[in-house]
Amino acid sequence: MSEVIPSTPQGMPVVAMEPRLRLIVSHADDNMVLAQRLGEWISNAPDLEIDIALGNIALDHLGVARALYTHAGALEGQGQREDEFAMRRTEREFLNLLLVEQPNGDFASTIVRQYLFDVYQRLLWGELATGSDDEVLAGIAAKAAKEAAYHHEFSSSWMLRLGDGTEESHARTQRAIDSLWRFTAELSEPYGEAWQRDVDVVFAEAGLRVPDDPYQRSGGREGYHTEHLGFLLAEMQWMDRAYPGMAW
Amino acid sequence: MDGPCLPGDGLVIRMESPTATDYRCAVARVVDPEIPVLTIDDLGILRSVEADGDHVVVTITPTYSGCPAMRQIEDDIAAALAREGSASHEVRITHTPAWTTDWISEEGRRKLAEFGIAPPTGASEVLCPRCQADHPRMVARFGSTACKALMVCSSCGEPFDYFKQF
Repeated sequence: MSEVIPSTPQGMPVVAMEPRLRLIVSHADDNMVLAQRLGEWISNAPDLEIDIALGNIALDHLGVARALYTHAGALEGQGQREDEFAMRRTEREFLNLLLVEQPNGDFASTIVRQYLFDVYQRLLWGELATGSDDEVLAGIAAKAAKEAAYHHEFSSSWMLRLGDGTEESHARTQRAIDSLWRFTAELSEPYGEAWQRDVDVVFAEAGLRVPDDPYQRSGGREGYHTEHLGFLLAEMQWMDRAYPGMAW
Repeated sequence: MDGPCLPGDGLVIRMESPTATDYRCAVARVVDPEIPVLTIDDLGILRSVEADGDHVVVTITPTYSGCPAMRQIEDDIAAALAREGSASHEVRITHTPAWTTDWISEEGRRKLAEFGIAPPTGASEVLCPRCQADHPRMVARFGSTACKALMVCSSCGEPFDYFKQF
């Protein structure tokens, strides 16, 4: 299959990335893609406070992505900078989870996506902050763990308000869960019960339920994406690709 | 940072060459562009200033992962060093250890309160910076910048920013 995987313009081909580098780039990609999605809400959110909240959360994710890309470039040692990771790789080279590339949909859908991801990120950064022998990664994780906990407070409180709110908000939230649940195996798999426990508690309190349909899609970590990522990258990357090396 | 620094006005007239302390003090006086009453030293993001002759290496740590002020702070550090007489410099950003609001100095906390921003204390102990009443209501977890939340005083009704404990 390696023939379909193009190499990056600079640096080693993604397929040959060593595991540690690949891990860092995967997490950077999650944060980059979700930041781009959340950014689409700016000036379009239901009210000003939510607009600011989603913008702030996007900024946190973007910051994590930038720090991780920069670190990946340093580890790789071939002079690859953050922008080259974010702007010059193709869809097949992105290693993000399928969940984060899903379109915003309505506000309920954005909150469900955020909540499911926040549960995952809290566990992830908590583990890397204390368990990584990479000092830089541990430092980035320590900061990101606090931010993920704060995002989780926001998204889980909205899960409760929407799920246990009006008939309309409940229906929309359940519909979002039904639609996004098939992308959760990628998140729950590394953390098994801990991820599921958080979700069970919040869903129970909010009166929401896990869909019966067991079908799951995965492949994001191998670069196999849903049709949405290509469009997202096209919008995100076009300027850098049209005007390589441009500066403000 | 150890050693006393005098308040600066940006203009340096001096007969001798600048010392390491001069460079350190010049950098320590750089203010946060979003909360201009605080210096980067008050905020605790200035980790070290090392001078080798007139080459200066400054290390800073971002408050939040996505703090958009970092670039501006780097520019301001460059300008402060140039005014002080440094020929070349480097600003390094370190993420380890991660910044925490515990690094904000006592002086910084006092300045924040004076400026109308409740300093980080833990959400249950926040006091209104205007009337000192306790138990304000949180209006929004995310405020005008990444580091702040928006509160309203339940006594005087004044809305104010709270610097989140982080």
